Amino acid sequence: MDNKDKLLLEMRGITKSFPGVKALDGVNIKLKKGSVHALMGENGAGKSTLMKCLFGIYKKDSGQIILDGKEVEFSSAYEALRSGVSMVHQELNQVLTTRVMDNIWLGRFPKKGLFVDEEKIYNMTLEIFKDLDINIDPKEKLDKLQVSEKQMIEIAKAVSYDSKVVVLDEPTSSLTEKEVEHLFRIIRNLKSKGVGILYISHKMEELDQIADEVTILRDGKYIATRDIDDITVEQIINLMVGRDLTNRFPAKESIPGETILKVEGLTAKQQPSIKDISFELREGEILGIAGLVGSKRTDVLETIFGAREMESGHLYLRGKEINNSNPHKASNNGFALITEERRETGIFGDLSVSFNSIISNIFEYRKNNRLLDNNKILKDADWVIDSMSVKTPNKKTKIQSLSGGNQQKIIVGRWLLTNPDVLLMDEPTRGIDVGAKYEIYQLMIELTKNGKGVIMVSSEMPELIGITDRIMVMSNGRLAGIVETKTSTQEDILRLTNKYL
Amino acid sequence: MSEMREKIKNTSVNDIKKFMLNNAIFFVLLGLLVIIVILEPTFISFRNFKNILAQSSTRVIMALGVGGIIVAKGTDLSLGKLVGLAAVISASLLQAPEYVYRMYPDLPQLPIILPILLVMLITGAFGFVNGFVISKFKVDPFIQTLGMMIIVYGVNSLYYDRPPYGAQPIGGLDEKFAHFAQGYFTVAGFDIPFLVIYAAITTIIVWVIWNKTVFGKNIFAIGGNSEAAFVSGVNVTKNLLMIYTFAGILYGLGGSLEAARIGTATNNTGNMYELDAIAACIVGGLSFDGGIGTIPGIVAGVLIFQVIAYGLSFIGVSPYLQYIIKGLIIIVAVAIDSRERAKKK
Repeated sequence: MDNKDKLLLEMRGITKSFPGVKALDGVNIKLKKGSVHALMGENGAGKSTLMKCLFGIYKKDSGQIILDGKEVEFSSAYEALRSGVSMVHQELNQVLTTRVMDNIWLGRFPKKGLFVDEEKIYNMTLEIFKDLDINIDPKEKLDKLQVSEKQMIEIAKAVSYDSKVVVLDEPTSSLTEKEVEHLFRIIRNLKSKGVGILYISHKMEELDQIADEVTILRDGKYIATRDIDDITVEQIINLMVGRDLTNRFPAKESIPGETILKVEGLTAKQQPSIKDISFELREGEILGIAGLVGSKRTDVLETIFGAREMESGHLYLRGKEINNSNPHKASNNGFALITEERRETGIFGDLSVSFNSIISNIFEYRKNNRLLDNNKILKDADWVIDSMSVKTPNKKTKIQSLSGGNQQKIIVGRWLLTNPDVLLMDEPTRGIDVGAKYEIYQLMIELTKNGKGVIMVSSEMPELIGITDRIMVMSNGRLAGIVETKTSTQEDILRLTNKYL
Repeated sequence: MSEMREKIKNTSVNDIKKFMLNNAIFFVLLGLLVIIVILEPTFISFRNFKNILAQSSTRVIMALGVGGIIVAKGTDLSLGKLVGLAAVISASLLQAPEYVYRMYPDLPQLPIILPILLVMLITGAFGFVNGFVISKFKVDPFIQTLGMMIIVYGVNSLYYDRPPYGAQPIGGLDEKFAHFAQGYFTVAGFDIPFLVIYAAITTIIVWVIWNKTVFGKNIFAIGGNSEAAFVSGVNVTKNLLMIYTFAGILYGLGGSLEAARIGTATNNTGNMYELDAIAACIVGGLSFDGGIGTIPGIVAGVLIFQVIAYGLSFIGVSPYLQYIIKGLIIIVAVAIDSRERAKKK
């Protein structure tokens, strides 16, 4: 027990500059053996850059990395892995077409003569799974598994390398509550074995449960390290944003008016999916959609937007029946969808901020001769940058080099250019920092003031309670109920999520 | 989780539909075969059986080469021209001593294994260059092998069109060499070409490599997600080099046997074979997305493709029309392969 406070990993005075930006400026972090150390900061605060410096993906300008008392400098993630420092990424980096056990032992298969020793890798995998209380067939193909299972396999892989330090990057962002509990059990198990865990997350609510210490970064600078017991969530937020954010949600004043969208008996073609969903959305209303992972919340939005084929049902916009059989028609009918997977279906990563800003509105820029009006495009791109307060060096910057929050603001701005009546938002604040979240909420409220309707899917209960007028709860593809936000509790909603299980 | 799996199990009607769709290309080709047999019942004969087996044998060896590349999420357009190069070189070194128009009049009679090994070394070297450029300079495999295809054709034509006799088919092959490929043995009335044995041995070796060795697993990992393979410590560059080189070696073997099977070689031998081989792989279930494929799939793909090609010729379909049919088969096969990914939600 006396070596409980032994330092496992220390990063001291890490500095890293990119042309024009000082991404890291003398950052320190000390990870103790058998502890969970949370690393907090807004997007762009330097968490990812710090990790990339640790894993040798970026070369640090100055500073030291000390692992087990020895200075190290890894040249690749693989070298770090071999030295006992591993990372479970937010975007899991796995070979989905191969089996679970192939993924774990990839790069170091034990051999029997000339051949891979299948029996050995099977047994070794089972052993690790047993130790971690993971119940997955090592011979299952990876693409058959749930996200949470894939994540556990990544952790198992880290364990298989006898990792002393495991970095978890937003591990709970796509897990259900039950899966989060399992994950936390595994983390505690690792802790008891003396593993040090660097835990990156945006979910404040988790810290009390899992973290021992927290280090906060802001704008590439080291701000503070505290014991988790000595600091409150509000204090952490204050340190992160450097301003008082006593209220995490802007006040919503507008009162919903007349019905703008009526949905009747909406059923998707490719089942399992949504069945017989009926509800109304009013002008100036923010309607939340709650539910467990797999309750088909996203499918509601996709079916309304025509991105998912409809089997039966009717959509009425201001009393008139409309046909949204594909996204193009939906967009023309005044709908906009901001998807959950920003990287996959939101941004055009390699293209500029201005392209990304105007792409949904592209037909508006066509002149009589069918060529595009560049001045108008640039003007609208400027509008998106200004009105969404996007932080970007300039309009030509590739969008992928911006932080998640700024990317999201551009996507919202992109759709606002089309002047939609109904804005469908799927996890609009996932993976973005507190400050940017607040700005997104403000935008949503601004929209409702102008009589638009917003439907928002979210996994974050505080967000649903904090910003919506009503919450509809999905359970196993069906509508479990719609509640008034003001008069309901989290418990009411949780009970509904289980209604059709 | 397990409930969901149960549910999936229970939807057996869906399963059958899915099976039909997933194997649609087989049914299409089976249909084609039935049409061929109806139009010309004599198609079913020992002679045709033997010919198809012989043709398929050399093609299987080539397809196994490019198959590995496709699993690694690459492609190889230089296959056909490398087969041509292999055919011309091996034929030029294995002409019968008494033949008048020998490319090397004074060349002693070589043991046939020597030129074949030499040719495999040469085509392996070309494959190595493909792999080197693709893995080191990150050139797209399509572009690199397109360039290589043209280069190899030039190299082969230069070699082919040389004194003393200039550009004319290299024939008069050594009797032993011809027998090596054209010979056969008879089992229960069926003539089985020797080529089948070579193809079978190659198939088994490649199967073992794919399924039992670290190299094989790495190839699947690289095709499935090369970034993940890289961060797991797989030497992606080295493995890509190896798979392209290995493919080149197999083209060399296939090309030499092809020369012996036909009995002559020109710089146009192997023309468009790359498309047949790639098509056979796709029909056999390999995905251009990488990471997916089986050896039995490739063998089945080649057999089916050859049966159809031979059958169409047999019933007298114009070669030009055959091109159109083959092209359609490729597109349909890929369309079905992409269907899963393109599926509307």
